Amino acid sequence: MTPVSQFLKDARVMAADLRHRKIIRTALGNYEIARDKRKASFQDWQGARQLAAETKWEAVNHLDKHLESFAAKLEARGTKVHWASTAEQAREIVLGIVKDKKASSVIKSKAMTSEEIHLNDALEHAGLKVVESDLGELIVQLRNEAPYHIVFPSMHLTRDEISELFQRELGSAPTNDPEELTMIARRALRKKYLTADIGITGANFAIAETGMISITENEGNARLTAALPKTMISLVGIEKVLPKLEDLALFLPMLATMGTGQALTCYNTMYGGPRQPGETDGPQEWHVVLLDNHRTELLADAEQRDALHCIRCGACLNVCPIFRNVGGHTYGTTYSGPIGSVITPHLRGLQDWKHLSSASSLCGACTETCPVKIDLHHHLLHNRRNAAKGKPSFFEKLTYKIFAMAASRPTLWKTGLALARIGQPIQRLVKGTALDPAKSWTKTRDLPPLAKESFKDWWRNRK
Amino acid sequence: MTITLFIPCFVDALFPRAGISMVQVLESLGHKVVCPEGLTCCGQPPFNSGYWDEARPVAAKVLEQLKGAEAVVIGSGSCGAMVKKFYPELFASRPEEETAKKVAARTWEFSDFLVSKLGVTDLGASFPHKVTFHDGCHGLRELGLKKPPRALLGAVKGLELVEMAEAETCCGFGGTFSAKFPMISTAMGEVKCASAKETNAEYIVSNDSSCLMHIQGLLSRQGSPLKTIHLAEVLSQK
Repeated sequence: MTPVSQFLKDARVMAADLRHRKIIRTALGNYEIARDKRKASFQDWQGARQLAAETKWEAVNHLDKHLESFAAKLEARGTKVHWASTAEQAREIVLGIVKDKKASSVIKSKAMTSEEIHLNDALEHAGLKVVESDLGELIVQLRNEAPYHIVFPSMHLTRDEISELFQRELGSAPTNDPEELTMIARRALRKKYLTADIGITGANFAIAETGMISITENEGNARLTAALPKTMISLVGIEKVLPKLEDLALFLPMLATMGTGQALTCYNTMYGGPRQPGETDGPQEWHVVLLDNHRTELLADAEQRDALHCIRCGACLNVCPIFRNVGGHTYGTTYSGPIGSVITPHLRGLQDWKHLSSASSLCGACTETCPVKIDLHHHLLHNRRNAAKGKPSFFEKLTYKIFAMAASRPTLWKTGLALARIGQPIQRLVKGTALDPAKSWTKTRDLPPLAKESFKDWWRNRK
Repeated sequence: MTITLFIPCFVDALFPRAGISMVQVLESLGHKVVCPEGLTCCGQPPFNSGYWDEARPVAAKVLEQLKGAEAVVIGSGSCGAMVKKFYPELFASRPEEETAKKVAARTWEFSDFLVSKLGVTDLGASFPHKVTFHDGCHGLRELGLKKPPRALLGAVKGLELVEMAEAETCCGFGGTFSAKFPMISTAMGEVKCASAKETNAEYIVSNDSSCLMHIQGLLSRQGSPLKTIHLAEVLSQK
């Protein structure tokens, strides 16, 4: 099935799923209250957004310089830096390390980059045991599902569903107490940290000035993933760069505010290198894999370059009425919601993924909320323009050509309106059936009748 | 002042009462209103679908009609955004760019024109009903018109405005989106209607007839007594 037919099929089911609508609405209602409370604690939220946008502009527009500095500082402290142009290269680099270390098990903390390159599949295919340590990620892993949301991977599930899953997969007793569910996962995970050969993480920010990555989390699982196994691998998208260490003073609270409605997440850690001589803990080896995977193509697009500002907070998903009604899985992409609809055509091909840019009312709630001021909904419009230019639909182009002709000639327009008046009673006879030309509208909605006297008729008659 | 009133194509054909009310309100304030015969559509359907080459001749025709206007008033936040915000982008680096920018600067959405340009809020209207207001996305986010419609409603005698929780949530119309993705559009409309119903209002008022067409289409199908009405029609009730 093509991505567009799969999307239409899933959207049809999900948009009518009232249970799903209620779960998401409740979850995001709580998020909104927390988010707004945290936003209000900023002295000047709009000023903070502006500063964040300018900081990311600097990072992205001088990415070459910042990446070189980032890599050089990391290497100076003994970190091995790898550059991966494609998803395939990134997978090969990770598999190479795994093979070199003769590893048999991997523990992972949350990393959307790893979803993007389908790393788990590759590792499992190579015979490794892979365990996700983030609670939400573990839940979707046990369900053999992709994350539903970039920040809340399992937000589509109820506690009862999670309890059933744990009973089935982890052999636990039934409970719908969130603390007890967390403890079940914790008990299962603790053993895995101790036996894993390799820990794989993502990164929230990459600090060019000091050569450090910043990981922000609430469960402490990323710390354990990084600290306990002998080898640590971090898979970092090249757009994660921030120029200076002090930029975190803005970005950490901003990400927490918009991501989860927290002032700061519970654990904020910076990693600057593997275990240094004289140190007693930390990984013996640290590999940082810098992932391009079409990001430089987005960088080359001056109009949409700001999409690389994204800090993956998920705020645009949370306010998007499309996301809220079709859900994260319907997109069929790693990155869903408005940011996913903007960047997926760049990452995976415009013509195959242009439908995501069309599946929007262009309401602009995403752009309004984005903490780094990405012009999200206008980029959806730009993707539509580029898609129509690259490969126009014959029918649509013809329709608009006729439309343009009529709209530029008032007499023709008037004739069209007169014909529509004749047509409407006929349309009413076949309303909602296959013969109805307005079926896609009239199946669920009434169509207003054309006025007997149009405004223009009234205006002419009045004079 | 001579006001060139641009009545959007769907208002002309489907909701003439809204247009007539705009004329009445503007004339009652002592202004001369003109409605050029050649104004049909702003070109938004092809523009939003990505067919900018097809949108340009339509927009160019509009610019031609509007370039000499003292002030342009558009009876829709959506078409207003098209002219004010998107025409300059549509004609960027083209001969029409300067005209597009000039026209954009002289163009106002109806409620914004009354409140921000003319400084009028009280039109002596009376509408003794409980209403809730729907913010059309283009008016709200492209043009920043949160306050003007509410300032106008606040001065209407007998009118009680009850805000709905989802006032700023898209109603799901989105032009061709509503036909291309009817299932998503309908779900969004249902969320909107449910929120409006929670207020126990008799009317949903908006400054965008296109959103109201969508909302009314759902309400009628649901058999709901809740009605929709354009802001201008409320303001013209004495």
